[in-house]
Amino acid sequence: MHNFVDAIRFILRNGQIPGQPHFTTLTYYALGTLKITVLAMAISVAIGLPVGLWLGHLHRGSFVAINLGNVWRALPSLVVLAIGSAFLGIGLREVLLALVVLAVPPIITNAYVGVDEVDRDLSDAARGMGMTGWQVLTRVELPLAVPLVMAGVRTAALFVVSTTTLAAYAGFGDSLGEIVSNEASYHLYGILGAAICIALLAMAIEVGLALVQRALTPRPLRRAERLARPDELLVPQLEGV
Amino acid sequence: MNPPVLIAAGGGGPIIPNFGGNGHAYACEQANRLFCWGWFSHNWSGTLWPALRQHVVLVLIAVAIGFAISMLLALLAHRFRPVEQPVIAFTSFLYTIPSLALFELLIPVPGLGLSRATAEVALVAYTLLILFRNILAGLRNVPADVLDAARGMGMSHRQMLWRVELPLALPAIIAGLRIATVSTVALATIAALVDNEGLGVPILSGINDYYFKTELIAAGALTVLLAVAADGMLVGVQRLLTPWSRGRAA
Repeated sequence: MHNFVDAIRFILRNGQIPGQPHFTTLTYYALGTLKITVLAMAISVAIGLPVGLWLGHLHRGSFVAINLGNVWRALPSLVVLAIGSAFLGIGLREVLLALVVLAVPPIITNAYVGVDEVDRDLSDAARGMGMTGWQVLTRVELPLAVPLVMAGVRTAALFVVSTTTLAAYAGFGDSLGEIVSNEASYHLYGILGAAICIALLAMAIEVGLALVQRALTPRPLRRAERLARPDELLVPQLEGV
Repeated sequence: MNPPVLIAAGGGGPIIPNFGGNGHAYACEQANRLFCWGWFSHNWSGTLWPALRQHVVLVLIAVAIGFAISMLLALLAHRFRPVEQPVIAFTSFLYTIPSLALFELLIPVPGLGLSRATAEVALVAYTLLILFRNILAGLRNVPADVLDAARGMGMSHRQMLWRVELPLALPAIIAGLRIATVSTVALATIAALVDNEGLGVPILSGINDYYFKTELIAAGALTVLLAVAADGMLVGVQRLLTPWSRGRAA
């Protein structure tokens, strides 16, 4: 138990070890983790959402969109990072690339399924009212697909936080994983303190995205939204087997 | 296992580990090729195969325990609806904790420490949300008229569960098992940080080796292949267990 008490003290001292000055603080590592997570997610959403939504809108490419999610699950993130760093180096850009590769598939798969599964009668009716394809997508399909689309984004965000911390083992130093991977300087209680921060950070991101999802969901649909959880990737599997 | 001996390639070049072998076996290592088959076959029986076996055991135990817990909870939630929300909340909470943090946070827990038990507790924790949701979804999706028919035939609750609900929920249950198994195979590589076994060990040692990448690539590829094989096997199991849906299976 004393380990956890020391871990809390370590957090309150902002990551300093008594009698062993470090130039870097816990805040620095936490902000580093947050920064790379936000960057990686911004790029991944910018790539994944348009692709997934458009494929879903056209009801095309289901094989690719769904199997992308299945292949993705089998990839050990540590190996992707390590192989990436082995051949590209381990700067911010290279780690970002590996993170984007890992974050895009769940975003595409969920965006695809979300839009693809919108009741065809609804989109047909919208078309019958004279809406263009773009209007059907943005005014009918997208609002209805919000829970699934956001579930993909949330899954990807959790995965990115978790992988960012693992990147320390591949040599990327600016994340909380740097503390966890360095028992020699930080001792077990420092590792625990950093682990607690990682968990809190992940939860904060999850809660933040849940609020974004709520704000994006049209008001009448908000009651049903409570059932949507960050693992809605289950849906294609449930249907496709 | 041969103790790794370091040899220096001439001229202050990269230090290339010698994992045994003789004569021309070094050629690939010295040229620092991407993947050395010689190294692979030489280290298969001593390093890679045992690691693969340990990995399978880690995953099997985790999925089995996770399945047992989830099945119990799902059956409870199927019978008593109020159970569902707290279980979902708690398992989502577990699912949210990044793997590195969860493994480390379990180390100081009495009775765990750096052991297989720690690895298993964390791996089981990650399977719960997926399995619970899928089992419950499967049970809930059984059509009401099928249940009415079963009741009309005079089946008891237990008979309905075993003869009607569970068989019809099987595709959803196995879909959950597939997701849980495949992601556990990938996650178990990180378990090497707390439990020095499984394919995570050669992966971490390959990462620490700045020049020689065969070990990393070999162990990484084995992990992915294991996940694909496990997935394929579960699809096979499903075909065997649900012969009635075979015609429709895409």
